[in-house]
Amino acid sequence: MPDSPSDERADDAYGAPYDLAVIGAGCAGLTGAVTASELGLSVALLDTSGQVGGQFYRTPAPALGAVRPEALHHDWSAFADLRRRLEASAVVHLAGHHVWTVARGSEGDTEWVVHAVTGVDGCGERPVRVRARTVLLATGASERQLPFPGWTLPGVVGAGGAQAMLKSGLVLPGRRVVVAGSGPLLLAVASSLAAAGARVPAVVEASGYLGYARRPGALAANPHKLAEALVHGAALLRHGVRLRTRSAVTRVHGTARVEAVTVSRVDRDWRPVQGTGRRIACDALAVGHGLVPQTELATSLGCATRRTPDGTYALELDGLQETSVPGLWAAGETGGIGGAQLARTEGAIAGTAAAARVLGQPALTRSRRVRELRRRRDRMRAFADTMAAAHVPGPGWVQWLNDATDVCRCEEVTAGAIREAVADYGARDARTVKLLTRAGMGWCQGRMCGAAVACLAAGPGAASVPPSPERRPLAVPVPLGVLGALDPDEADGPVS
Amino acid sequence: MARDRSPAELVGAAPEDPFEISFDGRTLTALPGQSVAAALWSAGILAWRTTRHGGRARGAFCGIGQCYDCLATINDRPNRRACLVPARPGDTITTQEGHGHAGLAV
Ligand SMILES: Cc1cc2nc3c(=O)[nH]c(=O)nc-3n(C[C@H](O)[C@H](O)[C@H](O)COP(=O)(O)OP(=O)(O)OC[C@H]3O[C@@H](n4cnc5c(N)ncnc54)[C@H](O)[C@@H]3O)c2cc1C
Ligand code: FES
Repeated sequence: MPDSPSDERADDAYGAPYDLAVIGAGCAGLTGAVTASELGLSVALLDTSGQVGGQFYRTPAPALGAVRPEALHHDWSAFADLRRRLEASAVVHLAGHHVWTVARGSEGDTEWVVHAVTGVDGCGERPVRVRARTVLLATGASERQLPFPGWTLPGVVGAGGAQAMLKSGLVLPGRRVVVAGSGPLLLAVASSLAAAGARVPAVVEASGYLGYARRPGALAANPHKLAEALVHGAALLRHGVRLRTRSAVTRVHGTARVEAVTVSRVDRDWRPVQGTGRRIACDALAVGHGLVPQTELATSLGCATRRTPDGTYALELDGLQETSVPGLWAAGETGGIGGAQLARTEGAIAGTAAAARVLGQPALTRSRRVRELRRRRDRMRAFADTMAAAHVPGPGWVQWLNDATDVCRCEEVTAGAIREAVADYGARDARTVKLLTRAGMGWCQGRMCGAAVACLAAGPGAASVPPSPERRPLAVPVPLGVLGALDPDEADGPVS
Repeated sequence: MARDRSPAELVGAAPEDPFEISFDGRTLTALPGQSVAAALWSAGILAWRTTRHGGRARGAFCGIGQCYDCLATINDRPNRRACLVPARPGDTITTQEGHGHAGLAV
């Protein structure tokens, strides 16, 4: 695998068009890239990160010298295998590339231009373009956050974020960490934090786990998921971690940093039950309410989306992972949250399908192997839907808020200001609230507050979820100079 | 399992030699390969930015480059995402006060 730090990458990496550009080097993108390359395509694999693996296989930087990185991961051998295939392949790995948009090239749907800025945090300010005949979007997910009083206090961190910081930097946000929110990721996070030496006094889950029992078929068909749950369950027991279901953190206490949290019982709709609050001492809180597919690159090209059972939007895909825009495929969390194993399966299907298209060999997609992959995918998707339905946020979560709670962390817009925009100025959707209050207009472009603002905008009694998929013009904020340097008439020409 | 184990022990880390960085004039030790945010966390520091309006303390939140809450001034350059930028020997990190958008098309 030709590989070099992004900033020193030879300019010929950006020259001739690739057969396939893969955006995202997590389970899905990595599998898609090596599969297509092994079938004979020229492939560029772009990722913001310096290392492959994505969120699940996030690994410490080599300089940290971890001899047992697998201690923080399940299913390590699958990743080792992917890395081996990548090394052996001709895939051009473009690390440190933050893709901010994908545009149609001069040939319409048969040529795409992938625009990226380089550097560890995209501040290298070197705009680059990669041209490709087909594109695989494998950008993964971000964590869904719902606000509550005190959630901006230092020491409150995303659950997936705590996991990511632990896996990559070998650090913990505190010594006594409560894990809270909703979704299966919480169990994984709690067991790694505990294994790494943190005390986890409680895992606080707003839903019950009965939702799974209502769909026993999907569970029985996915024994690996059961095994995974048992592994986490056993680890949690061993570390004396208590799982409290139908409960939520309704307040964080502390002045300079987290000192304690109040955990309250919630009803089926996630409404806090009066008088049930109990204080738990801790110095950090890791919180998240499920994951949201990152689909901006695709939706700005007009790709159709579907509503998922937990109220987010994922890309609408056909049986071979192609989006509604021909030539653009998607795999992994972009097509709906489903975990690492599903992401790998979908990556393999998408990589094969892109190769079949480019090589003009449709028979590639009718092999026994692809049929088996598709069966596996369908089974895992069914389970993912069960899981999503079991953790859909109840509309009562808005009662966790008081008027002074910041909802938009970037612009410091409070729940009170948003309610005022809704009640007094008649705002009914996130876009109007944004114009009136600046909620969602900050650096993160509404990634952290989008779900919450949409719920509040929809008003009391409305569905608990946003009415429309988010549209952000740029997938990552880019320096103004980069936009200025773009020549619209030269979308397929070399940069600078 | 031992209660007092550390993340580094768990993965059997044998890092290259640690080095010094400074945070608001205080000297800290960082490990090669750690992000600035990770180095600050391991020194027990959770906040290195104050917000523009309320002046409230913030640090890393999403941990993966998406929330921009971890912005820090690193070697005099503001608005760097500390969760993404690797710590380097001699780095000077300062608490970033206020101002946000400068020069960004968000
Ligand atoms: C913070 C976080 C932590 C998680 N931790 C776990 C865990 O511990 N256990 C678990 O089972 N699941 C975890 N998940 C769920 C995880 O997303 C899936 O299990 C699995 O990693 C999905 O694989 P994927 O390839 O679809 O996406 P990912 O693994 O997320 O890979 C997507 C890749 O795309 C890259 N990318 C995104 N946008 C761009 C862009 N604009 N330009 C360039 N590159 C881009 C990202 O850097 C990333 O490497 C986590 C999710 C998140 C968000
Ligand atoms: S912690 Fe969210 S961007 Fe760094």
